[in-house]
Amino acid sequence: MILAVQAEGGGGGLHFPPIEEILEWPGILFKDTVFEVNKVVLLMWAAALIVFLLFWAAARAAKSGRLVPTGVKSVVEMGIDFVRNDIILQTMGPSGLPWTPFLVTIFFYVFFTNIFEVIPGIQFPVNARMALPAFLALLVWVIFNVVGIKSQGLGGYFKSMLFPPGVPKFLLPLVALIEFVSTIFVRPFSLAVRLFANMLAGHLLLITFAVLSAALWTASPLAIILPLPFLMLVLLTGFEILVAVLQAFIFTILAAVYIGGAMHPEH
Amino acid sequence: MFPILNILAETDPGEFLDGLSAIGAGIGYGAAAIGPGIGIGIVVGNAITAMARQPESAGMVRTTMFLGIAFTEALALIGFVVFILIKFA
Repeated sequence: MILAVQAEGGGGGLHFPPIEEILEWPGILFKDTVFEVNKVVLLMWAAALIVFLLFWAAARAAKSGRLVPTGVKSVVEMGIDFVRNDIILQTMGPSGLPWTPFLVTIFFYVFFTNIFEVIPGIQFPVNARMALPAFLALLVWVIFNVVGIKSQGLGGYFKSMLFPPGVPKFLLPLVALIEFVSTIFVRPFSLAVRLFANMLAGHLLLITFAVLSAALWTASPLAIILPLPFLMLVLLTGFEILVAVLQAFIFTILAAVYIGGAMHPEH
Repeated sequence: MFPILNILAETDPGEFLDGLSAIGAGIGYGAAAIGPGIGIGIVVGNAITAMARQPESAGMVRTTMFLGIAFTEALALIGFVVFILIKFA
């Protein structure tokens, strides 16, 4: 903060943009309608297109008949292998393998929408707006409830959800209430908020250090400490790449745990 | 005697409330980060202990560790969202 005041006194001026300026983008197409298209929506489409093209190219390479994977195909195979071995087999068991396509899609889509945060020239994570995380969380919510009702029946699903085995009789009403609230309301909420808040926090951090570096660049007498916030910016960019992968992983693994839990009740 | 009272008397009530909400937001986020900080420390520490004892089960422990971190971290993140809401909304 002292730095900020000094930078302002030094003639450069530290202008930290207000939150509307950071997160709200003007519409490009269909202005002032429900279907307004701005940068965030374009990035959402771009991520979907990238995922589609990636898998399309890999499928084409697979059809060409060469057994040794190269280039795009090896990346996609590594991704599928990772989701299959480290997420599905660890949390859902072999019976979760039919869910591989869905979870691989979720993983890659969330990863690409996150990684836009550090790509120069774009530098905006789609998930820093609540719309996409909320939609994805709602999708997972609908899927795990439908799967639970389908595989255990309506009564069986709610019975195994509300009354976990091994709870003393007199605690059952309380436990049932807590389990109901946590499964139906807290799960989708925390799933969405986890992704959203992580990306928003990372975006704000990067902006803070970028703004500080820029302000010091213009404040000539203080340019001598410029390397410090700039180094921090570089380090945080690396950290945000890690966060982008980690959040995609966590979102996918939680989706897998929820769907797996709905398929097989605890005994 | 108390110069701060004069400042308070001259301050516009809206400005005063803005200042209070900024203080509240800062303290709120700081408080919300304490518990998850300790919790993530416990989760990761125990995961490392388990991995050191049984390196062959490291993969399973790591998956479960990330799950535990995700659940623990949610509280801190909700605190961060509340901070943003108080500060900017």
